[in-house]
Amino acid sequence: MIKKTTFDKKFILKMANLSKLELKGDEAVYFSEQFNKTIETISDLKKLNTANTKEAYNITGLRNVFREDVVDPTRILSHQEAISGAKKTHKGYFVVKGIFR
Amino acid sequence: MKNNLTLTESIKLLGKKEISSVELTKYLLQNIEKRDKQINAFVTVNDKALDEAKLKDNKQTKGRLHGIPLVFKDNFLTKRLRTTASSKLLNNYIPQYNATVVQKLLDEGAFILGKTNMDAWAHGSSTETSDYGSTKNPWNLKHLPGGSSGGSAAAVVSDMAIASIGSETAGSIRQPAAWSGCVGLKPTYGRVSRYGVIAMGSSLDSPGPLTKTVEDAAVLLEILAGKDKYDSTTSNIDVQKYTDSIGKSIDSLKIGIAEDYLLDDMRSDVKDIVVSSAKVFGELGAKVEYVKTMDPHYAIGVYTIIQRSEVSSNLSRFDGVRFGNDRSYFGEEAKRRIMLGTFALSEGYTEKYYKNALKIRTLYINDFNSIFEKYDLIIGPTSPGPAKKVGATKGQDMFGEMEDILIEPSTIAGLPGISVPCGFVDGLPIGLNIFGTHFSESKIIKAADAFEKATDWHNRKPVVGSK
Repeated sequence: MIKKTTFDKKFILKMANLSKLELKGDEAVYFSEQFNKTIETISDLKKLNTANTKEAYNITGLRNVFREDVVDPTRILSHQEAISGAKKTHKGYFVVKGIFR
Repeated sequence: MKNNLTLTESIKLLGKKEISSVELTKYLLQNIEKRDKQINAFVTVNDKALDEAKLKDNKQTKGRLHGIPLVFKDNFLTKRLRTTASSKLLNNYIPQYNATVVQKLLDEGAFILGKTNMDAWAHGSSTETSDYGSTKNPWNLKHLPGGSSGGSAAAVVSDMAIASIGSETAGSIRQPAAWSGCVGLKPTYGRVSRYGVIAMGSSLDSPGPLTKTVEDAAVLLEILAGKDKYDSTTSNIDVQKYTDSIGKSIDSLKIGIAEDYLLDDMRSDVKDIVVSSAKVFGELGAKVEYVKTMDPHYAIGVYTIIQRSEVSSNLSRFDGVRFGNDRSYFGEEAKRRIMLGTFALSEGYTEKYYKNALKIRTLYINDFNSIFEKYDLIIGPTSPGPAKKVGATKGQDMFGEMEDILIEPSTIAGLPGISVPCGFVDGLPIGLNIFGTHFSESKIIKAADAFEKATDWHNRKPVVGSK
């Protein structure tokens, strides 16, 4: 059994950080309780013997799907269309937050 | 105008010019005006719908859906029409292109009446995670419509739509169809393109129709199915003429009743309905017997791990830079799923969780393969019970995953299935899940249509707002 204390508030904050999520108030505590419960619920999978079973990466038998590396003119967005959903643009470019401090 | 037009009837009447597209659209818009304040099935109603109908009336085309207004779950990208996935993160998102599914239907002469409510990002089986408020069940407004395609189901059942399009990762078409009382068809994974559908679980997601009859679902699937060069997971296998399966005999079919899907804690009246439904197939000439399957309970864990892993990856693209708001707009459910998925895919835990889930996925696939050597189809309840009450998801952090236990085994194996109305308890509909092996949609449609024609459940209509 996985100990309940494994997924504490600190652990949740780490997951949130890795997922680029900001948690508010006591959300980390709340999620921690649920996380432990979920891991417990799905722990029944350990009962099944999978020692000689391969992972199912594909379920309908498709293999090596390729396409021609050519430009599809019907899928090209104009510059204006491409940036039309952005909240912040500068001279036709997307604006992102600074990375360096 | 008849107040419950099916897609097939609408196509016929439009073709004979007995009704116009404008009349049809006005009638639906009136119903939306009257009923949607209570039901809340729509996130966006297309304010140009009537103009589009006029254009259709003025210029006849050979499209199979000429003049038909359709509604789409709000996770299908619609060019120049707001698409939110029911999340405020995408509150103002206007797509620059159409999903393949949308484009194929428009190419056949249909147009968009509106976009329907869903669980935000399709995370859930209730619509309660929607940032635009939950949809209500047309049979009883105190109950949920199911989800995530709950708006699509409720719109069809309350005659605010002729037919609708939804998507299923595990249950999101069939469970709302069951809870709301319509037909929901989930095709084989890769039968219908995912291009332009806001992704949830990319190895699971399957778009499909929610309709008033099985024939209507066959009409739509015939248009939607097929290889799409924009989605490399779509199959090259020939698309069958699904409407040929309508009105056919099922006496050659061997059908298994999934014994393990009649769960110990399931209400006995729901079990009785499923057993009576199985008898209908027997009376129609099919060979019906109980069949042992792998325990569906393990599918909850497998589905939870695979789906949340894929969610964490898919939702990483929402950075608020190119479109949409920033990540602070994710709701509780999305955050919960993203974090668990991030964990299941993280260094040191992948083997234990993600890879192990994929191995058990193989066990389910193998189990179904051996069953389908002997049986054409499997039947069972779509959902363990009727629609739950509004508010039922509160504090239930695995609500969707738990409610869809009877669909998850087949969906993690990529199998196609349909839910058809098969009875009522407490005045709420119950759905029968009929599923088969990969690409067996024709057989599923044949059986579902025969069942529908032998029963009367699909003809029952709710009086919206009476409860």
